[in-house]
Amino acid sequence: MIDEKTIADFIYREAELLDTMQWQAWLDLFHQEGRYWMPLEWQQQDPVLQPSLMYEDLLLLKVRVERLAGERTFSQKPKSRCHHLLQAPRIVACDEAAGMFKTRTSYIYTETRGDMLERYSGWASHELVRSGDDLKIKLKRVDLVNFDAPFGNIQLFM
Amino acid sequence: MAKYGNNARAIEGLVREAEVHRDVYVDPEIFELEMEHLFPNSWIYVGHASQLAKPGDFVTANIGRQPVMASRHSDGSIHVFYNRCPHKGVKIASEPCGNTGKFFRCPYHAWSFKTDGSLLAIPLKKGYENTGFGDTQANEGLSKIKNVVIYRDFIFARLSDNGVSFEDYFGESLSTIDNMVDRSPEGKLAIEAAPIRYMHTCNWKMLVENQTDTCHPMVAHESSAGTAVKVWKREQGDSTETPMAVQLYGPFMSPYEFYEQSGIRIWPNGHGHTGVANSIHSNYSDIQGYLGQMVAAYGEKRAHEILGEVRHNTVYFPNIMVKGAVQILRNFIPIAVDKTLVESWVYRLVGAPDKLYERALMYNRFINAPTSIVGHDDLEMYERAQEGLKSNGNQWVNLRRLYESNEEQDVTAVINGTSERQMRNQFHAWAKFMTMDMDQHVEAAE
Repeated sequence: MIDEKTIADFIYREAELLDTMQWQAWLDLFHQEGRYWMPLEWQQQDPVLQPSLMYEDLLLLKVRVERLAGERTFSQKPKSRCHHLLQAPRIVACDEAAGMFKTRTSYIYTETRGDMLERYSGWASHELVRSGDDLKIKLKRVDLVNFDAPFGNIQLFM
Repeated sequence: MAKYGNNARAIEGLVREAEVHRDVYVDPEIFELEMEHLFPNSWIYVGHASQLAKPGDFVTANIGRQPVMASRHSDGSIHVFYNRCPHKGVKIASEPCGNTGKFFRCPYHAWSFKTDGSLLAIPLKKGYENTGFGDTQANEGLSKIKNVVIYRDFIFARLSDNGVSFEDYFGESLSTIDNMVDRSPEGKLAIEAAPIRYMHTCNWKMLVENQTDTCHPMVAHESSAGTAVKVWKREQGDSTETPMAVQLYGPFMSPYEFYEQSGIRIWPNGHGHTGVANSIHSNYSDIQGYLGQMVAAYGEKRAHEILGEVRHNTVYFPNIMVKGAVQILRNFIPIAVDKTLVESWVYRLVGAPDKLYERALMYNRFINAPTSIVGHDDLEMYERAQEGLKSNGNQWVNLRRLYESNEEQDVTAVINGTSERQMRNQFHAWAKFMTMDMDQHVEAAE
């Protein structure tokens, strides 16, 4: 049975995997058809015919993760690290019968590399589906509060 | 210590035949002079007419440091003026775009202006009676930029009253904009969304040079494009169709020979493009229904001519790049000597299938976004150069690849695609437009 605590624990666990750079374990949280989406508009509806910062399937996420470890990934010398500070996830939908769960989590995200440190704020919206006894990410949507500002390199995952 | 101000000789001395002095990238005084001379003397992209669809629509921009705005007047005409109230200098518009209604109104003292910039009204007007106000520049309203040309909906302005005409400045280079517009079955482009914005801590010219640098993709982008190809090969299983994403990344790994034969074309005044014979954009999958639309609109022969011209990157000197085959314009906006804002715009081909717009948007976020794994390594190179150039060990940047002695300047030519001649071409133009309104020049060589 998947209850609200199970869902919240899943969200915390995801952030922990990112913060500890367990990239493969993080990828394993995604459903085969899962997507990671960073919109570029306020309350954006369409990830494909409106511009986004990222809209990536598992193949593209694997490319990113594999690149991070590459010998010739020059922008990762030195490597980046990240830190997620999450507010308690709000359960938006919890449909045990359909195996569909939605959350919204306010966050502050820090990405650092060398002497640089950048801080971002926003909301992560998760659409999760049941897969056996586990949950999988169908969609992780990351809305930055200042999506319209110009950023430098954002190399890891919010 | 000022050493370059109004000293054309010193500025021209920074550009040798096939080398440039590092001061062009790192010296704050040179940057100030670029703002004061180079940008006002050049034709600068301000915006696109599709952003000004209705009367009262406006966009704001900067030319060098100077804030300007373009607006659609009630009679349908487009006007470009300085974005500052003639009263106390307050910027009239603070947003990137919007609709002002029938008039602009300064938020400070409510001076108002028609959408062609002329003064409409001032509160308590009688306070200006018998003050000589009628003879001041303020009475004319928002200061207008006289030299404005709208070429196939692309709005360009030159701030200097004197200089090279639009036609002479761009010449045949406009063929890339033509090709991009012609790729719409209706001959029309539309901006539908805000650009992707990406802040770079480097000099703006590094970005411009990189647009025609064909010897870096297979090196700097091995980690992104190379990995994309590798992961796809491993994961593709039985799929016969290469996903759009892999089609976009893959060609970045093309070998030197590919770029050598694809060629570079240079034009006078610092413009030029990569991808003459073909380009990294040549082998994308056909999009269902598009060719039929193009043939219906232009006829068989012309449609194939338009779609057969698949240029890579076209640099419009000084600071934009147009990618006609993918409908992208990148604007390299100088902020400081070591800070550049890059705004990458996508145009929709009006009347063409959605899939083309989808592909252009995908390309833009793959390559031009702060979250782009291609962009990450480019920016890393620029930042390292911005740091490395502070070294006194060698004060010159080497642009000698495929240099031939007595290379002609301000000519049209097609050359080997790995040449650094377009970068030399840009720096020749740079010295010209930096100094054209200064006094002391180097004597022309015999």
